[in-house]
Amino acid sequence: MTGVLPVTLEEARKIVQALLLSGKEYVCVMKLHGDVSENRVKTVLKEFEDVIYQRPPLRASVKRQLRTRRIYYIDFLEMEGRNVLFKVGCEGGTYIRKLCYDIGEVLGCGAHMQELRRTRAGPFIEEEGNVTLHDVAYWFMQWQEKGDDAILRKFIQPMEKALALVPKIYIRDSAVDAVCHGANLTAPGVLSLETGIGAGATVAIFTLKGEAVALAEAQASTEEILSMEHGVVAKVKRVLMPRGTYPKCWKSGEI
Amino acid sequence: MPRSVAPWEIERKLLVKAEDETDPKYGCKPEERPAKDYIRFGVINLDKPAGPTSHEVAAWVKRIIGIENVGHGGTLEAL
Repeated sequence: MTGVLPVTLEEARKIVQALLLSGKEYVCVMKLHGDVSENRVKTVLKEFEDVIYQRPPLRASVKRQLRTRRIYYIDFLEMEGRNVLFKVGCEGGTYIRKLCYDIGEVLGCGAHMQELRRTRAGPFIEEEGNVTLHDVAYWFMQWQEKGDDAILRKFIQPMEKALALVPKIYIRDSAVDAVCHGANLTAPGVLSLETGIGAGATVAIFTLKGEAVALAEAQASTEEILSMEHGVVAKVKRVLMPRGTYPKCWKSGEI
Repeated sequence: MPRSVAPWEIERKLLVKAEDETDPKYGCKPEERPAKDYIRFGVINLDKPAGPTSHEVAAWVKRIIGIENVGHGGTLEAL
């Protein structure tokens, strides 16, 4: 299987969890085990644009219990004989091999996954900054020889890019170090925030310079946070920025 | 059945709660980090080749760049 595989370096490994949960898109070749009309295939593919049940396969890295996954869309692309090409957008952790098997069961003839290419992992897509191992080796060597940092930007992106789809809350400089120490974010520290945040949602806390500070769980909605004057806005789950990057503006050891 | 909205199809607007400025003495815009930090807080959007596992591919990146740790987001099975 080929395609988009975000690789996180050193400190950026802390955002892996956010990437695992993020949605994926694949282009898939499914091989049918019998002859079925194109119209029937199109109809059945549409039926899978829903919440589906999947039990992880025998060889899986997670517990084998029935779980649900949302299929955002399945777009039929082409069919040649018993080969069906389609594009699927789905929740992270969807097994496409299982999906093909289940589509085959509904069609009645049986089917299996023949080929798979991932075209998106969260915010990362194949048309933008997708590089091969060869590119990485070549550009890294070029950078070492020439010392031009612009070369690094050809194949490495800041970890903040990985959080592009996570709703953000931007905070004051004076609130940054407390969050880096694991303190929950309170209303006075908030400068701006994105629409669509609900209580319980995962949010990314950012500085005004656009640096990621932490991943957190929102305790209120966008609208509620906007009108809050005090109280906890988000509970910090994963600190991403090293302590001491911003000055300490909070007092410790007081009542 | 209405097609559901994928996370990358959601449009968000930024709403301002309070105004303030950021002190250029601390921190750094992500794209302007010095090389060492740029790598340390970096992600590679890699095109995984067919054959090796996601884990093997990540280990090669680690060796090429000569760093201690890498991770990868979402295993793509081998084959």
